[in-house]
Amino acid sequence: MNVIVNGEHVEIPKNVATVSNLLQHFELDQKVVIVEWNATILEKADHQETRVSDGDRIEIVHFVGGG
Amino acid sequence: MVLKIGKYQFNSRLLLGTGKYPNFDVQKEAVDVSETEVLTFSVRRMNIFEPSQPNFLEKLDVEKYTLLPNTAGAQTAKEAVRIAKLAKASGLCDMIKVEVIGCQKTLLPDPVETLKASEELLKEGFTVLPYTSDDVLLAKRLEELGCHAIMPGASPIGSGQGIINPLNLSFIIEQANVPVIVDAGIGTPSDAAIAMEMGADGVLLNTAVSGAKDPVKMAKAMKLAIEAGRLGFEAGRIPKKRYATASSPVEGMSLV
Repeated sequence: MNVIVNGEHVEIPKNVATVSNLLQHFELDQKVVIVEWNATILEKADHQETRVSDGDRIEIVHFVGGG
Repeated sequence: MVLKIGKYQFNSRLLLGTGKYPNFDVQKEAVDVSETEVLTFSVRRMNIFEPSQPNFLEKLDVEKYTLLPNTAGAQTAKEAVRIAKLAKASGLCDMIKVEVIGCQKTLLPDPVETLKASEELLKEGFTVLPYTSDDVLLAKRLEELGCHAIMPGASPIGSGQGIINPLNLSFIIEQANVPVIVDAGIGTPSDAAIAMEMGADGVLLNTAVSGAKDPVKMAKAMKLAIEAGRLGFEAGRIPKKRYATASSPVEGMSLV
């Protein structure tokens, strides 16, 4: 399956079915990250049930130092 | 006296940024000695191919702080609202520093977009703290919208020029019924102290500490300056006089 993550085309394995799986795939499941899925900002509780499909546009953002 | 911003209460009047420290250990120590209770930070795309890169949040005991994400990077109200919503979706915070930059050279805020973004975010239930210029009427308009604090810049972001328009800043402080946090442009502890002596409710700074030769020492200096400035404001300064007034008594002078 091919999805666009942070503007880049990424090939992900078939067993990645949900946003939670996707975060595990990128080893980000223990990090403070926020996911925007096809322009919809997801609450953490939505990660489990949001299904990832071919062509989805996903943004994964986090907090960085700033003033 | 505590600082109240919306539903939050703080004992410290220093809000500290988390950008540009030499390393996370220095940052942690600076944050500790500053005794700040509010940390600002930004929202950015993650490098998904480097999941192990350390993040500043991991070094800090996040539970101890109220987090104040900013919308830095936004040039329009729409972008600012999106960044604010992303930050809130972390479940860690509902305060937002509205920062909509209108000019990349001066990093001065776009007043129209700042107003629009603040209005939208207030409707969404955020605790809204807009970074604004020293425009007195704009500060008033932001307050009338319902903003929980007003954050006028002392001078351009990261410039360290201190308070370049004390007159406007004093007008903003005088008219405000919500806290005024002087944000951006502070260079030295005396800049911060002057802001507090003028009656500001708090100071938000970053580069003045993170860019100092010794950030930890500067963090302490800022903490003390802000406390001193606040105490001075509360104590009430003496009026300025044109001529001298002797401090020593004039009675009994012939005995000398």
